[in-house]
Amino acid sequence: MPQTRDLSLRTRRRAAFSTAGLCALLLAAAFGASPALAQSASIKVGIVAPFSGPFAHYGTLFRNGAEAYVASQGGKLAGKTVEFIYRDTGGPNPGLTRTLVQELIVKDKVDYLGGFVFTPNALAAAPLAQQSQTPMVVFNAATSAITDRSEFIIRTSYTLWQVTVPLAQWASKNGIKKVVTAVTDYGPGIDGEKAFKSEFAKQGGTVVESIRMPISTTDFAPFVQRIKASGAQAVYTFLPGGPPNLGFVKAYNENGLAKAGIRFLGTAETDEYDLPKFGDAAVGLTTAFHYSAAHPSAANQKFIAALKARDANAVVNYAVVGAWDGMHVIHKMIEATGGQRDGVKAIAAVRGLQWESPRGPVRIDPKTRHIVQNVYLRQVQKRGNELVNVELQNFGPQIDWGLDK
Amino acid sequence: MTLLLNIALDGVAYGMVLFIIAVGMSVTLGLMRFVNLSHGAFAMCGGYAAALMVREAGFSFWLALPLAVLATGLAGAVIEALVLRHLYRRSELDQVLFTIGLSFVLIASANALAGPQVQLIALPPLLAQPVDLGWRTLPAQRLFVIAVGLAVAAAAAWTVAYTRFGVWLRAAVDHPDTAATLGIPIRLVQCASFAAGAALAGLGGVLGAELMPLEPYYALKYLVLVLVVVAVGGMGSISGSLLAALALGTVETASKYLLSGWGSLPFFLAMALLLAWRPQGLLRR
Repeated sequence: MPQTRDLSLRTRRRAAFSTAGLCALLLAAAFGASPALAQSASIKVGIVAPFSGPFAHYGTLFRNGAEAYVASQGGKLAGKTVEFIYRDTGGPNPGLTRTLVQELIVKDKVDYLGGFVFTPNALAAAPLAQQSQTPMVVFNAATSAITDRSEFIIRTSYTLWQVTVPLAQWASKNGIKKVVTAVTDYGPGIDGEKAFKSEFAKQGGTVVESIRMPISTTDFAPFVQRIKASGAQAVYTFLPGGPPNLGFVKAYNENGLAKAGIRFLGTAETDEYDLPKFGDAAVGLTTAFHYSAAHPSAANQKFIAALKARDANAVVNYAVVGAWDGMHVIHKMIEATGGQRDGVKAIAAVRGLQWESPRGPVRIDPKTRHIVQNVYLRQVQKRGNELVNVELQNFGPQIDWGLDK
Repeated sequence: MTLLLNIALDGVAYGMVLFIIAVGMSVTLGLMRFVNLSHGAFAMCGGYAAALMVREAGFSFWLALPLAVLATGLAGAVIEALVLRHLYRRSELDQVLFTIGLSFVLIASANALAGPQVQLIALPPLLAQPVDLGWRTLPAQRLFVIAVGLAVAAAAAWTVAYTRFGVWLRAAVDHPDTAATLGIPIRLVQCASFAAGAALAGLGGVLGAELMPLEPYYALKYLVLVLVVVAVGGMGSISGSLLAALALGTVETASKYLLSGWGSLPFFLAMALLLAWRPQGLLRR
């Protein structure tokens, strides 16, 4: 190969032109891709959730709720187009969540963060939201301590304390004096156990045993036997949705607990995603929760219609409502800031925000930034061919009792 | 006393599921000296086949079960004849890499075919009913699993020890060249053994679906448990696998009854202690 100084004039000229051309091309590409020159009216919302793996249904539910909300508002929120950027956490994975949220904030320059199914993921993202002053709306993660981790976190889902305290009060008023708790051994499960124990004790009842089940459990028969042997009148339980939930409720039915007279006191276990899989064995299960697809209100009918318009087979459950209401909050934040990126102004605008959600009347607590909502007592009943959570009683608006200590 | 009985019963039921899945791997690993890390994937295939047959094609469980087992065995035979036979002479690392890759391919295929959610196998009323044993109730399915596990153990032990095929298998493993000279069809023996291992894995996948839910990551998630049972039991020993599966199953169940806050720690502690005591496995062939 000839040395540079041996190259003929023609070759050198050709090389110079190609280098110049390459530089020009690169500059053009850089400008073309630069977000600063892209249309400035688009608001970017980063949704962080599992889209693959055993919890992938949450990602789909969030996407359905969020996009249906934007469609129901005519395709734009406060006159701005919304661009969703979805990132897959695969499941509880705080390390990966941190990386994804960092990319969303620094590279994609999102204006708002949404999603978050699992507590560890939400906790990992909190410091990033705080440092970058990005409003972060939690659509699902249910541990009370999350909203304390950053001033920029708003939650539109629920917490275990919020739904368990009224359940404990109801149990005590209905003659149940001895209860055994069986929860999955992680954040929300432990929250639920603490909430039930403290409220039930206040009402004069006793929790005879507190069983904590490892998160990787698939065989619940031993735990069900322990529940039977405890001599309690009811079992309070909390498990994450999906395979653990399914396994436990099946074990409860198959090992004859209902026949033995041990009542089931749950919260999210009969949610509409898992409910059809239980079959008729689920009829009669009692839960306390903030959303049932069978809630009889005009807002709920509109919500369900909006979802079914996009996909006739869409599942309607608390995760979709969490995303729908989460987008409502983001909508109000966009309105308040006029589409500009101002985290402090956005959060200030939605503290105390009130509206009629598909679940009932709700508001954002100005102190804790958590949603205050009605909690209902429901029972699984068969309507036609379908299993539904029928609301028997309204416990009234509940705050997050876990933060109010 | 009730507690001990409960631990024993649930432990044996869980151990039997582990045994049925692990015995196939013990055969391929111990008798054929082939490191097959796609064994969990075959179990998953069997389970998925049964679930889809029952749900989509409307077959009865009693028909879907043998069909799923046969289908998995057939799939194993085909993969062995086409691809895996080239790996017998290769190093263990090559075998590991290939079979793990195969697992990933099967995981992705399951995800693409049936989605990421759990596949439920609808049990027939005979198996779904609770059986009252006096001191407790138990789903009939668990008793069925224990019965099948014992039948598999007996059949496998009898095949290896008393049939001509068993003789061929042992000869082919110990001295393949001499065996070939004597007219033993080595390729047939290898293919049939692998197919039998895969079929047993499929059986374990179907029967274990209540305890180990079928979803795409099944192939790798429970592989560790199976490897532990095979290592502790002794590679190639069917009775060793049975013993190890029952022992470890009971330890795991006991820990759920007594030490549930410790998660899987007792299981792996038991594994470590048993391997430290008998590094070659409980009953080496």
